[in-house]
Amino acid sequence: MSVFITRRILQSLVVVFVMSLLVFFGVNIVGDPVDMLINPEADQEDIEAAIRALGLDRPIHEQYWYFLVNALKGDLGKSFIFAEPALKLILQRMPATLELAFAAMFLAVVIGIPLGVFAGLRPHSKVSKTIMAGSILGFSLPTFWVGLMFIMIFAVMLGWLPSTGRGETTSLLGIQVSFLTLDGLSHLLLPALNLALFKMSLVIRLARAGTREVALQDYIKFARAKGLSPSRVVLVHVMKNILIPVVTVLGLELGGVIAFAVVTETVFAWPGMGKLLIDSIQLLDRPVVVAYLMITVLMFIVINLVVDILYSILDPRVRLKDVKS
Amino acid sequence: MSTTGEQARQAAAIAQSATVQTPLRRFLSDFFESKVATAAVAVFAIILFIAIFAPWISPQNPYDLMVVDVMDSRMPPGEKSLTGMTFVLGSDGAGRDMLSAIFYGLRTSLGVGVMSGIIALGIGMAVGLAAAYFGGRTDTLIMRVVDLQLSFPAILIALILLSILGKGVDKIIIALVIAQWAYYARTVRGSALVERSKEYIEAATCLALSHRRIVFRHLLPNVLPPLIVVGTLQTAHAISLEATLSFLGVGLPQTEPSLGLLISNGFEYMLSGKYWISFFPGVALLITIVSINLVGDQLRDVLNPRLER
Repeated sequence: MSVFITRRILQSLVVVFVMSLLVFFGVNIVGDPVDMLINPEADQEDIEAAIRALGLDRPIHEQYWYFLVNALKGDLGKSFIFAEPALKLILQRMPATLELAFAAMFLAVVIGIPLGVFAGLRPHSKVSKTIMAGSILGFSLPTFWVGLMFIMIFAVMLGWLPSTGRGETTSLLGIQVSFLTLDGLSHLLLPALNLALFKMSLVIRLARAGTREVALQDYIKFARAKGLSPSRVVLVHVMKNILIPVVTVLGLELGGVIAFAVVTETVFAWPGMGKLLIDSIQLLDRPVVVAYLMITVLMFIVINLVVDILYSILDPRVRLKDVKS
Repeated sequence: MSTTGEQARQAAAIAQSATVQTPLRRFLSDFFESKVATAAVAVFAIILFIAIFAPWISPQNPYDLMVVDVMDSRMPPGEKSLTGMTFVLGSDGAGRDMLSAIFYGLRTSLGVGVMSGIIALGIGMAVGLAAAYFGGRTDTLIMRVVDLQLSFPAILIALILLSILGKGVDKIIIALVIAQWAYYARTVRGSALVERSKEYIEAATCLALSHRRIVFRHLLPNVLPPLIVVGTLQTAHAISLEATLSFLGVGLPQTEPSLGLLISNGFEYMLSGKYWISFFPGVALLITIVSINLVGDQLRDVLNPRLER
């Protein structure tokens, strides 16, 4: 067990190092930040002072070395635009992104499971076929276009919901959140629904397949024969057994939702890390881009590591096979 | 007399059915059994036709500054231009006919999607076949890289690459290829491993045929069906991904507008109720993706021998 975990952690560290190298060297080849960030009317002395202040005069391998040493200290460089530490900028925006991602996951489960279970219990009814056709559309529709259509219908034509920003936020344990105020909730609903659509289709399919399988099992027949009410059979006995695959897949998809939040945040001007990334790419604000990529890569590696370790605890075959190979 | 006539007809029917049952014909008749798939193929054929012949069938060349007039900008659908041409789907912020812009956009979107799909398929096929055929360390190394890459979502990989490479048609194709090759490699390796353990490969090895001959003449043709299915679905995915990246402003430059860029350009007008600049390119994108996905689904059903039909 500990051999497996140690090996996986070491592998993850190697991946983090390789990614940091790729990301840093890659990003430093883009454009020339001197042209971008320093006033073209400044005289030569000012330009040189600015270059020294930004550390751009050193050879690139030295720049990387400082980056690595500083990264270990939790300092990922200063933003060229905001003149603030890049890490701080990203951590400031992280709660907004996480709130959006979890709200989307919540909607996907709360809407997806009932629809999927219904489609699984009555696979031949018209409603079920409509639900399944809807889930195919959910897979095919590009997220950003659906977001635009939401804005067009609910914000422009009907005027029911606001289309940009987070709205009023309140402080919860020192973190600004939107979902506790009515205004914040109304701002959250459209982006969360937009981000949830793809995962909702996935949940519908998983729940439907699970229900169709579980409904044929002996213990369901037994529960029925015992005279339990249909609602109790579905809500307790069926639901319990379809939740396992749904929860597993959703856990794995969390990283994907956070990555895809980039799109939704851009459409709805949601002030999260994704929007910061897109803005920074366009302004060639390299420290922020590097910091975002490093944090996201780190997040993914941690998620994958945790999932692998959980699997190895649940299923000993995984770790035995890996140690042998 | 009548019995011999009957027999002759039967013999003819048997002879005919024997010639008819080639694998390709069987595949085609299976494929077109589904009405939905037939319709999807027809729709996709129309889209392909539009994409290829866009310069000849568009009402105007939307990127010819001599033709486009800023005075015609943001006309709603059905309005006439100053020169008397009807904007069937309206016009955009620069006075371009949306229908023509969509035709040209389809050309770019399909071109980028199909091109990146073909290159990724080629790379993935070579890598996957090598992993499956040689096994051992080669296989372990290749599959480690594939697993590592597949643990990150494609959009994140493409974003990282494009933030490094910058904008451009060639760059977005490179980014899409790198984001996709691993899917092909995994599919090819999986089915090649199954095929490799079969007797005909053993027989070919016993005949002392060269590696190249075994891989390309014996292994490859039997690995193709699942690859075609993945290729179709991945191409739809690539088109959607390109549109998303272009919408985010990290994909194609304004000089090569794909559907994603057209939608993005219309975004600013949407809040003032001018829906058509974003809406119609989105519908075109949606029809393209759905039709390719439906064709892919049907291909999977037809080409998968394990599925009871």
